[in-house]
Amino acid sequence: MSQTKTSDGVRATSEAEWAGLMRAGLSGDGVAYRKLLEAITPRLRKFASGGLARAGIGNADAEDVVQEILLAIHLKRQTWMQDQPFLPWLNAITRHKLIDVMRRRGRRGEVPIEGLIEILPDDTAQPETSQTELTKLVSRLDGKQQAIVSAISLDGKSIRDTATKLGMTEVAVRVGFHRGLKKLAALYREGNPA
Amino acid sequence: MKTDDLIGALSADATPQDTSPRNAFALALAGGALTAGAVFFATLGPRHDFMSAIHTMRFDFKFVVTLVLAVTALLAATDMTRPEIHRSRQRKFLLAAPVLMILAVMFELYMVPSDQWMTKLVGHNMRFCTTMIPVFALGPLTLMLWAFRRGAPENPTRAGALAGLIAGGLGAAFYAAHCFDDSPLFVATWYTLAIAFVTGLGALLGSKLLRW
Repeated sequence: MSQTKTSDGVRATSEAEWAGLMRAGLSGDGVAYRKLLEAITPRLRKFASGGLARAGIGNADAEDVVQEILLAIHLKRQTWMQDQPFLPWLNAITRHKLIDVMRRRGRRGEVPIEGLIEILPDDTAQPETSQTELTKLVSRLDGKQQAIVSAISLDGKSIRDTATKLGMTEVAVRVGFHRGLKKLAALYREGNPA
Repeated sequence: MKTDDLIGALSADATPQDTSPRNAFALALAGGALTAGAVFFATLGPRHDFMSAIHTMRFDFKFVVTLVLAVTALLAATDMTRPEIHRSRQRKFLLAAPVLMILAVMFELYMVPSDQWMTKLVGHNMRFCTTMIPVFALGPLTLMLWAFRRGAPENPTRAGALAGLIAGGLGAAFYAAHCFDDSPLFVATWYTLAIAFVTGLGALLGSKLLRW
């Protein structure tokens, strides 16, 4: 491993900072958690488009891959052991999902060997389109689950507002929302039946 | 959906996480032992001379080897729930049960005249043995797969196989309390076959259920 001093420095800083945010997120701090996801997304975007380009798929739907990876990070976040380094965990999740996406598209997973931290973040703005695969998957959820997930994720409503709007308790909305997210991850894995 | 919207939604689901996958395995182990025990006592129960059998080495060895297998597989399994671990450093301990088994077989071959080897190996009820071990293992296998689903195993098939080894070891330990065939020649053949079946079943189920 030949690392320059600078990249070692970046690595150590990000490791400490991201691990701290994740720890806060795991104890229920939504603001810290959001900061973490926002910090890693530009790198995920570069990682995903690099991986797709290398597999010759073209990176038109890199944003779909970014969203699927974010969902996986979220649903598996409790598997990070807080006494262990954070970056290897994050890289493992990211790589696993990218390989999974490529396999579903019939490509052998040749995934960038760099960790996320060695990747320069992609500072280009996120694509304007809101018609990602995830939007289509939300429309395949069952009635109530779909109502909850689209209110929170597509309309940006809070849990409380969603509860009022749907005439449910906040706890029921939370549970329904979490199950909806798990279901979305499963729908991704099934791939597009179309 | 814009990625920013997704991030906002995921932060709305940032509830405190307190159950680590390790706790799930502790629960699955307790639950698995209970369910296997319940099925065991409801169907076969211990052999009638259990109390005197525990003073014999060959009978006791059956528990040692099967429980060593279950415990070593459990050690590797808790590591495998972590996505950054490809191969658990604990996996070398998985050799313990096979090594013990080989030593016991060598001992038996030395102690028993060769004209009795076949009789010992065939035993009394090998078909029963190879049926009942998987039956006892079903509950533990289900629970171990459930525990793995809370994790993020890098290789779902291998994780499923480990779940099968744990469950097979537990199921075999219960069956051992009923079975009258104590010769290591019998155990090495038929217990191994039954546990291999449970392991294969675990690998198959794991490749489907443990993807994430």
